[in-house]
Amino acid sequence: MSVNIIKLKIDGVEVTVPEGTAILKAAKDSGIIIPTLCNLEGLTAYGGCRLCLVEVSGTPKLFPACSTPVGPNMEITTQSDKLKEYRKMAVQMLLAERTHICSVCVADDHCELQAMANQLGVDHVMFERNWSQDEIDSTHDFLVIDRNRCILCTRCIRVCDQIEGVHTLDLKLRGKDSQVIMDLDEHWGNSCSCTSCRKCAKVCPVGAIYIEGEPIEHTKKRDIAEFIVERRNRR
Amino acid sequence: MEKECKVARTGCIGTCSVGPAVLVEPGDYLYQSVTPDKVREIVRDHIVLGLPVKDMLYKNEAYFQKQHRLVLRNAGKIDPSRIQDYISAGGYSALAKCLATMTPQGVIYEVVTSGLRGRGGAGFPTGQKWSLVARSHNTPKYIVANLDEGDPGVFANRTLAEADPHAIIEGMLIAAYAIGAEKGYIYIRSEYPLAIQTLQKAIAQAKAMSLLGEKILETSFKFDLELRFGAGAFVAGEETAILASVEGRRAMPRPRPPYPANSGLWQKPTLIQNVETLANIPLIVQNGGHWFSKTGTPKCTGTKCFSLTGKISNPGLIEVPMGITLREVVFDIGGGVPDGKKFKAVLVGGPSGGCLPETLLEIPIDYDSLTKVGAIMGSGGIVVIDEDSCMVDTARFFTEFCVDESCGKCTPCRAGLARLKEVFDKITHGQGEMSDIATLEKSGVYIRDASLCGLGQTAPNPVITTLRYFKDEYVKHIVEKQCVAGKCFKTRDEEELE
Amino acid sequence: MTMNAKVRVATVWLSGCSGCHMSFLDQDERLVDLAKKITLVHSPIVDVKEFPENVDVTLIEGAVANEEQLEMLKKVRARTKILISLGDCAVTGNVTALRNSWRHSDQAVLERAYKDPADLNAAIPTAVPKLLIHARPLHEIVKVDFFIPGCPPHADLINYVLTELLAGRTPVMEGRSKYG
Repeated sequence: MSVNIIKLKIDGVEVTVPEGTAILKAAKDSGIIIPTLCNLEGLTAYGGCRLCLVEVSGTPKLFPACSTPVGPNMEITTQSDKLKEYRKMAVQMLLAERTHICSVCVADDHCELQAMANQLGVDHVMFERNWSQDEIDSTHDFLVIDRNRCILCTRCIRVCDQIEGVHTLDLKLRGKDSQVIMDLDEHWGNSCSCTSCRKCAKVCPVGAIYIEGEPIEHTKKRDIAEFIVERRNRR
Repeated sequence: MEKECKVARTGCIGTCSVGPAVLVEPGDYLYQSVTPDKVREIVRDHIVLGLPVKDMLYKNEAYFQKQHRLVLRNAGKIDPSRIQDYISAGGYSALAKCLATMTPQGVIYEVVTSGLRGRGGAGFPTGQKWSLVARSHNTPKYIVANLDEGDPGVFANRTLAEADPHAIIEGMLIAAYAIGAEKGYIYIRSEYPLAIQTLQKAIAQAKAMSLLGEKILETSFKFDLELRFGAGAFVAGEETAILASVEGRRAMPRPRPPYPANSGLWQKPTLIQNVETLANIPLIVQNGGHWFSKTGTPKCTGTKCFSLTGKISNPGLIEVPMGITLREVVFDIGGGVPDGKKFKAVLVGGPSGGCLPETLLEIPIDYDSLTKVGAIMGSGGIVVIDEDSCMVDTARFFTEFCVDESCGKCTPCRAGLARLKEVFDKITHGQGEMSDIATLEKSGVYIRDASLCGLGQTAPNPVITTLRYFKDEYVKHIVEKQCVAGKCFKTRDEEELE
Repeated sequence: MTMNAKVRVATVWLSGCSGCHMSFLDQDERLVDLAKKITLVHSPIVDVKEFPENVDVTLIEGAVANEEQLEMLKKVRARTKILISLGDCAVTGNVTALRNSWRHSDQAVLERAYKDPADLNAAIPTAVPKLLIHARPLHEIVKVDFFIPGCPPHADLINYVLTELLAGRTPVMEGRSKYG
C-alpha cells in the first residue's frame, strides 16, 4: 500500500510529508524544532510533558505534536505567545514538583529540563517548590535512581519495554505520587529482570537515572533508541 | 375476601430522602419512609380494602411532574432480577425489531435522526460515532459500556444498572448489530457490588434465553458480553483509560488520535458508550429517531439523569428533559435549600463541574449552555451549596479530589493541580496574597487547555468558576482573613480534630 | 534623581557562598565603566553597616534561611526600587535549600551541624538568629523584579542585566540565563 504524500504548512513554511507522520517529526524534518521532554525518537509517543503542544488553525484546541498525525492542508503554528507562556508554565510546574537543584545534580549541563528552562527564559518558578524526600536507590551495581529528580516522562520505562524488551521498569501509584519502580517495586539491586543494559540511564532527560562513577557525558546517549530501531529496520 | 398480590424487589425509584419506598400498582401509589408497621397498614388498607393510605403517600408531586423518565422508565417498577419482568414491560422487542426488520444502516439512521448525544459527559453525537465504527473494515470490533462512575455524589449509572440491567444489555446488543461487533464489555467499578451482581444475573438470564451468545433470536447475529471491573480510579472513566484497563493495563489515558472508533481495544475499532446512552437506544429503535428528537431541545435531544445532592430538600436521582432550567431542577424538583438557609451556588457536572451562582439559574441545561458558563454536563452530578459553605474551601476540596485522582501522566494535571492545591492551602490558612488569585487563574486556565484528557481539562472548572463568580470571597480570605462561612483559618490541630 | 546623578546600587549577601559576588567582581574591567554610572551604596565589599534608604537597584545573593535575613530582605524591599535575585540560591533556594527535603529541616540541620559531629559539649547555639523551617527563595517572600539564575551567574549575564537596566531597557533572559 503506497503512502499518500501530503502538503501542509508549519509556521508558514510549506512542508511535504507522508500522511500520518507526527507533527513533531514533520516539523523536525523541515528544520523546525518543537520542544519536548518526554518524546524520544525510536520510542512510542507518550504525550505526557505537554511541551510540544501546537496550534492548528481552525480549532482553539491545542495538540501534542508528538502524537498528532499531520493531515492534508493543515496549518500548524509551533511558536506563539500563548504557546510560549504554556511551555514556561509546564517547565515551572516540573521544576516545582520535586527537588531540582542543578548545581548539585549529576546531569548539570547535560539536562534537558535545565536546557528547556534556560531556552524558554524560565528565570524563576512562580510556585512554591515542593521539596520531595525520596530515598535514592543505589543498590544496583552501577545504576542509580534518584526519584527526586524524576519528571515522569517514562522514557526509561518505554526504552526498557520497547527497545530492550524487558519491562523491568514501570510506574506505581498515581498522580503526584507516581514513581518509577523496578519489577514489583523491588530495590534495583534485587531486580531479577533488569539486564543492566543502561539504556534507561542513557535516555533519561534529567539526572534521575545515572551511572555511578561515570561522567554524565559518557552516559547520556539519547539517540540510542532511534539508532537501534533504525538498525533493526535495516536488518 | 382473598386477593392475590405480587411483592417484588425493585431498583431505586430515585427519591433518596424518603426511602425505603414502596410502589403499589396499579395506580402508581408511592409510599415513603416505609417501616414494618407501616407495611401492615398499607396491606390492610390499600391492598385488602383498596383504600390508599393518604398520609403515607409521597407528597412532593413536583418531584415527578417535571421529570421525564425515558432511561429510568423501568426503574423502581420492575424486578431487575427477572428478565421476564423486563420483557413484559416491552423489553427486547426493540432488539427483535432490529433483527427482523432493520438493516444495521437503518438502525444507525434512526440513532442519527434521534440526535442522541453521548451521556458520558462530552456529548459527542452517538449516531456519528456509530457510523465511524460501522464504516471501518477492520475486524473484530468491540463495544465497551462505560459504567465507571467515579464521581463522588453521582449515582445515576449505578441506579440504572441496579434497577434495569437489561436496558443496558439490549442497548449494547442493538449497537453491536448496527456496527458489526461480536464482543462487548461492561466496564464497571468494583465499588458497585449490587450493580455487578444484578448485571451478572441479567447476563446469565439473557444467555439462557438466547438473547446473548450465538444465534440470537434464531438469527445469525451473535454477541458475547463480559463484565470488566475497575478498581476505583476516577480517571478510569476516561475512554482511552478504560481501553487500557479492559486490556489489563494501568488505567491511563492516551492522546487521541487514534480515536477508539478506529483503533481501540487491541487496536481494533471500538465503540465506547456510557450506559445511560445505551439505555436510550431501545426506545429510539422502538419509537423511531424522530419521536426521540421531539424531547429536549433541537440541538440537544432527549433527557439526562442527574444525581441531585448537597443542601437540597429532595435529594435523589432525577431524569429531566434537556433544556429544563437549573432553577426548575434545584427549586421545583429539588425543593430548594432546606432549613430556611440561603442558596449560594450549584455545582453542575460533578467534582470537575462549575460552581454557578443564583443569577445563572435561568440557563437551560444542555451541553452548550453549560459549557458557556464554565460548567459541564459531565457525569450529571448536581450539588447544591448553601450559605454555610465557603466557596474557596469548596474549590479547594474539589481540587484536592482531582489531585488524588490524577493518573500522573501529564504535567499540567499531575504537577499543576498539586500546585493549585498548595495555593489553596495557603489562602485557607491565612497566608494568602493577592498575587495568589492571579496564580490560580493563570494555572487553572493552563491546566484546562493543556491537559491530556478530560480529567485534567475539566479539573480546574471549580477553581475557574468560583474565581469568576465568587471572587469577593477570595479577596475576603486574603485581605481580611475572613471566611464568610467560618470554614477556613483553622489551625492544623483543629483540622486534625475534625 | 537628576540626569547626572549616579544610580544608587546595593548588593546584599544572604545565605549563599559569595560566589555570586565573585561573579559580580568578575565583570573585571567593565566594572570601571559601571562605576561611572553607579554608586555602590551598600555591599559586603563596602563598609556600610545599615542598609540605606532610596536605593535604585539591589542585587541579592543567597536564599532566606533565618529570621535576621527575613527581616533584612523586607527592609531591602521597602527601600529599593528594583530588586534583583542574583544567583540560584536567591532564585530557587539551591544548595541552601538542600536541607528542605527534611521535615522541620531547621532542627535537623542544627543537630547535624552542632550535635552529631561534636566530641564533647554538644549543644545548639542560641546566640545566633533562629533558622527558618525552610530556606526559601526571595520571591516567595517579597516581590522580586528581575531574576539572574546561575550558580554562579556568569559575569557577562550580570553585566548584561545591569547594562540593560541602566539604559532603561528590560533585560530579556530567554536563552541567556542558565541554572546551575
